[in-house]
Amino acid sequence: MSDATRGEPLLAVEDLSVVFRTDKERIHAIDDVTFDIQAGETVGLVGESGSGKSVTARSILGLVDEPGRIESGSIYFRGEDLTQVGWEGARGDIAIVFQDPSGSLNPVYTVGNQIREALRMHQGLTGSAARDEAVDLLETVGISDAEKRVNAYPSEFSGGMRQRAVIATALACDPDLLVCDEPTTALDVTIQAQILDVLGDLQREEDLSILFITHDMGVISEVADRVNVMYAGEVVERAPADRLFSDPAHPYTRGLLASIPSVRDSDDQLLTIEGEVPTSNEAPTSCRFASRCPKAFDECTQVHPDHIDLGGGQSAACLLFEDELNSPVTPESGLPGAADAGESARTDGGEE
Amino acid sequence: MFGRTTDTSGLDETIDNGETLVSIDNLEKYYDAGGLFEDPVKAVDGVSFDIRKGETVGLVGESGCGKTTLGRTTIGLDDATRGSVRSRGVEVTDLAGSDLRRWQQDAQIVFQDPEASLDDRMTVGEIVREPLDGHDQGTPDTRREQVFDLLDRVGLQEEHYYRYPHQFSGGQRQRVGIARALALEPEFLVLDEPTTALDVSVQARIINLLEELQNELDLTYLFIAHDLSVIRHIADRVVVMYLGEIVETGPTADVFEDPTHPYTASLLSAVPVVRTQGETAIERERIRLRGTPPSPRDPPPGCRFATRCPAKIHPDDVELSERAWAVVEEFRVLLRERSRYQESVTETVTRRLGLDTDETIDTIRAEMFDGIDLPDDVRSDVDRASELAATGRAKEASEYLRENLGSVCDKERPSSESVGAERQSRCLRNRAEYDDVAAVLDRREGEET
Repeated sequence: MSDATRGEPLLAVEDLSVVFRTDKERIHAIDDVTFDIQAGETVGLVGESGSGKSVTARSILGLVDEPGRIESGSIYFRGEDLTQVGWEGARGDIAIVFQDPSGSLNPVYTVGNQIREALRMHQGLTGSAARDEAVDLLETVGISDAEKRVNAYPSEFSGGMRQRAVIATALACDPDLLVCDEPTTALDVTIQAQILDVLGDLQREEDLSILFITHDMGVISEVADRVNVMYAGEVVERAPADRLFSDPAHPYTRGLLASIPSVRDSDDQLLTIEGEVPTSNEAPTSCRFASRCPKAFDECTQVHPDHIDLGGGQSAACLLFEDELNSPVTPESGLPGAADAGESARTDGGEE
Repeated sequence: MFGRTTDTSGLDETIDNGETLVSIDNLEKYYDAGGLFEDPVKAVDGVSFDIRKGETVGLVGESGCGKTTLGRTTIGLDDATRGSVRSRGVEVTDLAGSDLRRWQQDAQIVFQDPEASLDDRMTVGEIVREPLDGHDQGTPDTRREQVFDLLDRVGLQEEHYYRYPHQFSGGQRQRVGIARALALEPEFLVLDEPTTALDVSVQARIINLLEELQNELDLTYLFIAHDLSVIRHIADRVVVMYLGEIVETGPTADVFEDPTHPYTASLLSAVPVVRTQGETAIERERIRLRGTPPSPRDPPPGCRFATRCPAKIHPDDVELSERAWAVVEEFRVLLRERSRYQESVTETVTRRLGLDTDETIDTIRAEMFDGIDLPDDVRSDVDRASELAATGRAKEASEYLRENLGSVCDKERPSSESVGAERQSRCLRNRAEYDDVAAVLDRREGEET
């Protein structure tokens, strides 16, 4: 799918920057983050701790609190900029599922009560209509014996069932966009597989758009249509999922993928990225990955790289690709040399 | 067990790589066994395997399967309920006092959460030095030197000695945890999910560090993880646990390429794999497991995995399609899980007196069996079970179906059998009279839907 054939996106985040101010310093949590989500699409945000993916998610829901503030940029939801008109009108249309299901459910109310409360607030349902709908929602997320379990307390549920209940509560708002922030990280693989199945089914049946945030590349490969890779508060690469994993362009993406052990074979040594993710006190003036990048050269510490279109819906914010911008690229061939862009680097970084 | 001294001189014997270093035999660890009415939690229930000098044994399984308890019991952090752990002929579960400390010098543990396992009021130097102080090794000066060496070994600097854990990143804290574990120069380390709390790029560095240390210091690892790709990378042999039991063991590569136990196969199929363009990676569709693991307080009487097993043997006197079997098993899981949650006493009493019936079970049954053709005898069994459940007797309903529609898997607890070079598996399908697991999984995948 090329950009031209897409309609108006359901959500478009443009140049979003969020800053946390304390007495001592300003911390740039995210800088100029841009991405969009079409109706019925799953878009992934991947990155490590401190990459800004959760702040991005919270911004979309209007959940950034003091001392954090949206400094600049827009969040268009159905064409309206939420940073201007406020989140009130979109409440219920955007729902979020957090990592830890226990923290999202109130232990003193039954699961059914919590879903019914959401139904009352967002859909005006009460009484037996709300109860029936709550049972339906629990069934939708794959909880068997929902008639009985609607009366259970969260503590009577297993971890996987609690996360299903959280998803059911989120669905009670009848959202168009579901933001999933590491929804399966706390779960075992067999339970994770069940939850991913549920989300996939929901998407097909309800035409739901999903923003899926995770650090797990395997999960993102499985669920996402398109992926944004975040590093130190910036999106450094974006691409359709299969393309990202077969032809990662940005040195950070490539380093990240090389550091994951595979379940299929045991390589001799895992490749690593040296150094730590930096915390930024100012807007970027150079590449934030430069100090850790095996391919870095002088300019990397002086120029902030813009996203360079590599064709096929892929782009990377890296100076390695500047040459290709100036050289003729045939649209079909996509990104000539992107796969071995590392080898054409001007300095001999020498991957570990 | 109290005040008894054991001859621990055996622990000083040197042994070669490849020889058995730790031998675990029929180890059991039960919790809450004192209760009068409640069954104990059988966290580890009859586990046997050997760990050889210089190797890494990977221990995998889902939360609650008993892998952490097994790790802690092995090095004496928890007391075993029954069974034995021997090292060089010395029974270490019996040790107490100075003898236990002697063993714990050899056997150390690195915990999952570097945040919780380091005391934030102590400097990194004090944390790493603590075991040396505790075991009265050398003089304060030599201990300090030793700590500097240890910090260097795990990739930290001398100046880190004076800092506090909260000034460190997760990866650095885990390095501190490893340095502390190495302080007494152990030969055996239990690594309990040491990289689970870390980012992937940091995880890779810690794994590489652990591998380097193993080579340099001749260490033996019991590596506990729920992440199968980490185990695949680091472990020479793997032990797969389910509900307190070992279901399969063998060389890691063999087990991952050709799992013989249905649980191992299910676990492996559930791991999301990065798929690149044009790659047709998935040979078999993902196996969907029914329900959640049963409670370790009340494990199923036959094979522990029978309630969820995708390759369960069907009883030979009942003719049903695969799809119908799938629904019957699903219904049984529902009844079993229903019998686990508490109903109020009044609810139970009114139902048992026939003053009120629970109609939900009929609705569910109608939905589940919609479009499924059942022979008359099976239908009447399902009817009878529904009646029992509707009158507050979910447990009896569940037992009734086990009696009438259960198979050998529900009745007989399989023993661990050899299934090839260095491989063991606990599944009735290993017997010649039954089809093997892979063939059954392939066949059912096509027929169930």
